Amino acid sequence: MKHAQLKLTTSGDRELVMSRVFDAPRRLVYEAHTKPELVRQWLLGPPGWSMPVCEMDVRVGGKYRWVWRHDTNKTEMGMGGVYREVTAPERLVSTEKFDEAWYPGEAVNTLVLAETGGRTTLTTTIRYESREAREAVLKSGMEKGVTASYDRLDDVLAAAAQATR
Amino acid sequence: MHATHRLDAIFAALADPTRRAIIARLASGPASVTQLAEPFAMTQPAISKHLKVLERAGLISRGREAQRRPRRLEAKRLEQADQWLERYRQLWEGNYQRLDVLLDRLKTQEKERKPR
Repeated sequence: MKHAQLKLTTSGDRELVMSRVFDAPRRLVYEAHTKPELVRQWLLGPPGWSMPVCEMDVRVGGKYRWVWRHDTNKTEMGMGGVYREVTAPERLVSTEKFDEAWYPGEAVNTLVLAETGGRTTLTTTIRYESREAREAVLKSGMEKGVTASYDRLDDVLAAAAQATR
Repeated sequence: MHATHRLDAIFAALADPTRRAIIARLASGPASVTQLAEPFAMTQPAISKHLKVLERAGLISRGREAQRRPRRLEAKRLEQADQWLERYRQLWEGNYQRLDVLLDRLKTQEKERKPR
């Protein structure tokens, strides 16, 4: 299966923006984000993690709670928040806070789904409480020490270009 | 400089179109201030200001060759900024690839439920 490209950019001082196209109507993409039995099938992070807790009360003011567990060392990581806006099948705004947050404050996550010709463009904007919080999130990427190369110059430039818009 | 501060400086430096053009130019090799100013309708002092911002962010450095003092790209710094984004991107790529598979299955299930 050929996968569409994920675009990840920074925006302004404290936002991260991700966008991705899915070959499915947005009704299904929305369901995959709002039905716990579907969410736990894909929202797993790096390989080796499962999602034993996935509780979601999808309505304005309703809470959600997610816990991931590493299959071998049993480390757990939990997060949760409150739904602020629920507009099926196009918009979902929620707060997010990790149990052992490595960045200060809560973040606000806005999911927008737009459908054209049976395909759905998903855009997620995560707004952190401060510029420092966003940096902390981006820097957690250093742990794995992913090797970057010159090829990615374009991506960095594109990200910076987005930030100015 | 603080690590947080450095990342900020890199992203701030890259937020300007002229500075991005300078970076793109330097990616193909070192160049003098005069050479760098050429494609822009800008005075040398204006270009020098941009170069200073890039220098402070550690994205470029100056050569030692007497008068010309060519600027060169510090690729490592650029990679650093990219790495921060890259790890995050990889995490979500994994998630969304699983979502692709799930959506495919959901589509198939729907088709089977209401055959035409």
